[in-house]
Amino acid sequence: MAKKEKSLREVFTAGFVKENPVLRLVLGTCPTLAVSTLAFNGIGMGVAATAVLVGSNAAISLLRNIIPDKVRIPAYITIIAGFVTIIQMLVKAYAPAIDDALGIYLPLIVVNCIILGRAESFAGKNKVLPSILDGLGMGIGFTMTLLLMGSIREIIGSGTWFGMTLNNGSIIQPMLILILPPGGFFVFGLLIALANKIAEGKGKEPAALGCGGCPMAENCSRAVSEEGGCK
Amino acid sequence: MSVTNLVSILLAAILTNNFILSKFLGICPFLGVSKKLDTAVGMSTAVIFVMIIATAVTWPIQTYLLTPNDLDYLQTIVFILVIAALVQFVEIILKKYMVSLYNALGVYLPLITTNCAVLGVTILNFDENYNFTQSMVNSLGGGVGFMLAMVLFAGVRTRLETSDIPKSLQGLPITLISASLVAISFLGFQGLVDGLFK
Repeated sequence: MAKKEKSLREVFTAGFVKENPVLRLVLGTCPTLAVSTLAFNGIGMGVAATAVLVGSNAAISLLRNIIPDKVRIPAYITIIAGFVTIIQMLVKAYAPAIDDALGIYLPLIVVNCIILGRAESFAGKNKVLPSILDGLGMGIGFTMTLLLMGSIREIIGSGTWFGMTLNNGSIIQPMLILILPPGGFFVFGLLIALANKIAEGKGKEPAALGCGGCPMAENCSRAVSEEGGCK
Repeated sequence: MSVTNLVSILLAAILTNNFILSKFLGICPFLGVSKKLDTAVGMSTAVIFVMIIATAVTWPIQTYLLTPNDLDYLQTIVFILVIAALVQFVEIILKKYMVSLYNALGVYLPLITTNCAVLGVTILNFDENYNFTQSMVNSLGGGVGFMLAMVLFAGVRTRLETSDIPKSLQGLPITLISASLVAISFLGFQGLVDGLFK
């Protein structure tokens, strides 16, 4: 946190663009690459992760004075896993289509760095209301990025958008490679390059691998300090 | 269950369904620790090691404890805690009794707790309804595939160091785009396993 206390509005909107969790902080890369083959999957993943993020941020913020500092990471993981389980059961019951589409990546929200990262760097140090807004803002930023990537990959890769046919091959042959795994890496690389270009224009640092928000950063920098992998 | 079946699971996990390049599990270490060959090897050895022991522990827990008691919904929460505790436990044991192995793997072990590849493989084994042997083979294959991708990519990245790259693409973007090219080469294995055994 900066020296000056941030207003609630600033806390809420930080995650949209300025501190976008995926493109600026580079957290949660695994689900971003994996589920963004279709715009619909992107939204499903984004909403599920947002719900977990808001819940876990609220719970961790409420418990921040009770959890001993030494065992905070296991405690956070347990709280997050609890919320992930709740969301998993809700999705299975009310939106089985999303459950099929997300598959293994739904339980894997538990190891999504965005959630543990926000718990460690925000919810563990702030009051409940700002923590909830932070979770909501970060979640919206995550969802918007997933929607953007999913839309790019779906429109170019299969010529549809949310299942509507936009291009049946008469304008240009859909490029299948974009919905295959290599396309995920490629589109993500270009989006980060674009975000870097915009950030550079505003005089900001380019995005680096997001170890700043990662609770394991201390150990991580021990492992890779000699090669400078984490900042 | 035949040997052929096990070999096809192993090859599928290493090549066609590579954890990093086709399932996108473990992208953080893939991008973070692949700059040098020896750190890439150290990290992936630790991943193979943890994947195997995590499967050896979580499979019996799910099969003999959770499923008979209708507690399947606790899978996520139990697995992540078991893996986290296990990694700590293994680190302590290695530190005490196998110092040379600890020196080689020690620094990477804590990172693996929150590595989605490890939790991913333990959950996938149940999604695929694998028995214990199949699960162990799948975990071994997943770990070896992780290592293969890491080592190959470390080679690519050393070449990137000396290349002239446009400013906006420097750093992470060009790394991701190179990863995309490596992933394209792995698409070439598609159909290999089915073709060999069916």
